[in-house]
Amino acid sequence: MSVDQTQRSIRCLVAKVGLDGHDRGAHVIARAFRDAGFEVIYSGLHKAPDEIVQAAVQEDVDVLGISILSGAHNTLVPKVIEGLEEYDAFEDTLILVGGVIPDEDKAELKEMGVAEVFGPGTKMADTIQFVRENVPER
Amino acid sequence: MSADVRGLVDDLLDGHQRALARTITKIENREPGYRELVSALYEHTGDAEVVGVTGSPGAGKSTLVDKLTETYRDRGHTVGVIAVDPSSPYTGGAVLGDRIRMASNVGDMDVFFRSMSARGNLGGISTATADAVKALDAFGKDKVIVETVGAGQNEIDIVRTADTVAVLVPPDSGDEVQTLKAGILEIGDVFVVNKADLSGSDRTVQELKEMIQLAGDTGSPASGGGHHGPDQHALGDAGGDTGDTGAGAGAEDDGWTPSVVETVATDATGMDDLTDALAEHREYMTRSGRLDEKARTRTAEEIRLLLREDASGLLERELDRRGGIDALVESVRAGETDPYAIADDVVSPIEECLDERE
Repeated sequence: MSVDQTQRSIRCLVAKVGLDGHDRGAHVIARAFRDAGFEVIYSGLHKAPDEIVQAAVQEDVDVLGISILSGAHNTLVPKVIEGLEEYDAFEDTLILVGGVIPDEDKAELKEMGVAEVFGPGTKMADTIQFVRENVPER
Repeated sequence: MSADVRGLVDDLLDGHQRALARTITKIENREPGYRELVSALYEHTGDAEVVGVTGSPGAGKSTLVDKLTETYRDRGHTVGVIAVDPSSPYTGGAVLGDRIRMASNVGDMDVFFRSMSARGNLGGISTATADAVKALDAFGKDKVIVETVGAGQNEIDIVRTADTVAVLVPPDSGDEVQTLKAGILEIGDVFVVNKADLSGSDRTVQELKEMIQLAGDTGSPASGGGHHGPDQHALGDAGGDTGDTGAGAGAEDDGWTPSVVETVATDATGMDDLTDALAEHREYMTRSGRLDEKARTRTAEEIRLLLREDASGLLERELDRRGGIDALVESVRAGETDPYAIADDVVSPIEECLDERE
């Protein structure tokens, strides 16, 4: 006898990683995700990759959005991905990167397992729709 | 039990973070099979000490939880934290911000921190929280801390799943009339005046003590009950000035006199006083048999709740068989019948079944 009423909600971690103090964009995204009905966990500033991994694993998020405006994405993103793999969390987490990412780095990030890179000028509605369409089935 | 659930339970008991995280997700989402899962974890629970922390927004709950966690970790205990934040009544979305404050424990995988949103389902969140506590307990956490804003009945139900409840009161939070009001101040086993370095904290401590003494005088139930001898009042050195608040007044009547502790969570001042006060309450609960009693009440409520869920599921099926709720609503609107007659009608076959069994 089952009366389970599934009450699923898309969970996102919005993460600031490394020495980058610009969090306005992350706040705007967090708010927009909230208004889209997602549950948003915000990491706070200046987090190390393993802190992001710990949060993503324990919070069991569907989406990990990493905001980087410092230019250190080629160093930091691989560390986060390695950490997720270590805890078997890589496969079913949708990884997004936002911020100032040069075009020539985008392909490389996607190669590593980043689902999409959102640069300046991206419409909020597009990001939200991308999440809705690509959130991993569990 | 399905192989999926078995695997998840085994992994959780083996100490896999991911399995614990996924288990809590299933509990939170009420995914098919979550009841099986909680049921399998049940026999592994009962060892964790559960502390509830509540208070108004901005009182410093998350920071206090962070420092409390750090203190427990320094003493070699493993800690699980569940932080519940409100969700939007309009979109169901939420920003869960308590994790930011856990700065003292980042990178320490022996601290399992989980944010949950109160998903607007009436009463559901307290059940989900209680089940998530079971998961942390079964995982082997020594201490489990449940943190929530003390805004309404929902939150009060959440912290009541804890064995010991700490209520944070910021300094200068209104005059003494506030302490007369019903609600959150009634459920505290330990009161924490956080931000005690701010002016007005002495007065708040004083007002809380008066409130507690008043509760002792009038014999209001507070959180105690039962006759356990005068030694209940030996509150020891918690906070240095916390004991003896009910001196002379109804000293033999009530079981537990809530203690008042002053802390400054941002620099971890007063954390030893707080852990002492929590430990004393725990000790009292064990010694007086209240811990057992509370667990029994909780189990009874749990059984009732599950039965209500199941019974309403059975009734939904019966409703479907009769053409669904919409058709019944139509017949009421058309003046053919009324909701009371329908309810009697739907329940009567079940009543008949029960009568036959007697």
